[in-house]
Amino acid sequence: MKLAVLSGKGGTGKTLVSVNLAAVAEQAAYYDCDVEEPNGHLFFKPEQVTEKTVVVKTPEVDPDDCIGCRKCADFCKFNAIAVINDKAMVFPDVCHPCGGCELVCPAHAIFETERPIGKIAKGVSGNVSVTSGILNMGEESGVPIIRTMLKEIKAAKQDLVMIDCPPGSACVVMESIIDADYCILVAEPTIFGVHNLNMVYELVQLFGKPYGVVLNKCLDGENPAEQFCVEHSIPILGRIPFDTELGRLNSNSEIVSRVDDKYHQLFSGILQQVKEAAAQ
Amino acid sequence: MRIAVPVEENEKDICPSFGRTPLFYIYDTDTKEGHFIDNDAMNAPGGAGIKAAQTVIDAKAEIVLVPRCGENAAKALEAGNVKLYESVGLSIEENIQAFLDGKLSVVTDIHPGFHGHGGH
Repeated sequence: MKLAVLSGKGGTGKTLVSVNLAAVAEQAAYYDCDVEEPNGHLFFKPEQVTEKTVVVKTPEVDPDDCIGCRKCADFCKFNAIAVINDKAMVFPDVCHPCGGCELVCPAHAIFETERPIGKIAKGVSGNVSVTSGILNMGEESGVPIIRTMLKEIKAAKQDLVMIDCPPGSACVVMESIIDADYCILVAEPTIFGVHNLNMVYELVQLFGKPYGVVLNKCLDGENPAEQFCVEHSIPILGRIPFDTELGRLNSNSEIVSRVDDKYHQLFSGILQQVKEAAAQ
Repeated sequence: MRIAVPVEENEKDICPSFGRTPLFYIYDTDTKEGHFIDNDAMNAPGGAGIKAAQTVIDAKAEIVLVPRCGENAAKALEAGNVKLYESVGLSIEENIQAFLDGKLSVVTDIHPGFHGHGGH
């Protein structure tokens, strides 16, 4: 079962939920797709870590061969090529490496080179295999790293695969949930939290994914996120209390369900709820 | 010498966006005549600055008057030997005159680009 964990903004509890659900499972694979700021590894502290560089193809122009015909610039719908003084000039940061310019060039003046944009680190933490996508600073898009991880996610043999998504509902999140069997939306008990929840709620509906909500930072009294779930008949999978001890353990990068039995029970309960909801 | 200015659809005001301006006003200092050309990059999904720079270079402009500019556009314009001067206020005529009088300074606000995230 592949579970994606989403929220409309950062700091809602995606990593808390994905890390702990993986930790309470018998055997699990955890994938950190939040490639701009991956932090799951800080909790798992994986061992036997191996790293693999992720590259994207970038066109380069040999100015001696370029005849300035503009076929490449006309072809590129991302406007990543300008032809100045009859020579093609490539702007790598707007290139979506499709290889088209190389194909249409009649002078064979364009060739592709590889440019590293980040890496994927793999390791083991007890019952969990931990994979983190890490985008290099200053890079525009983490999508190629997520796509590389998706190939592994598809082939993962573990019973439980946790996909820790980037925050929001943009392209990188859409990529991350493509192969998910079920989506867990994590929500904070505020009006702002409802707005963020609505963003990912709309997204999972658009993708036709089954979904449920985990209410995080729950306090006594009114919970606008809970009201939203009731109004929209969204299943509530569990409630994580606004708890000083949990907060302290988590901010010290401990996996709460591994250090305290009461949290182990809490997350085991949520995992059970998710399994039942996903089976329907 | 030709001067290019990004202009709003009203054909009067200078547009703050180089890449996504609807029009360019191309003024020829020799003939003292000017005309408007469309900016095909106006609604481009990406790389608007690059495409707009191509349009300006193809129009044989050597000078662009603009309040600010993205770095990809600036790079393309530089490669095409086009110089960027900072416009003041909205009037096309006043800015062209100010440039000819040597009163405009070189553009210093080269930003990393808005890449579909607003900026107006």
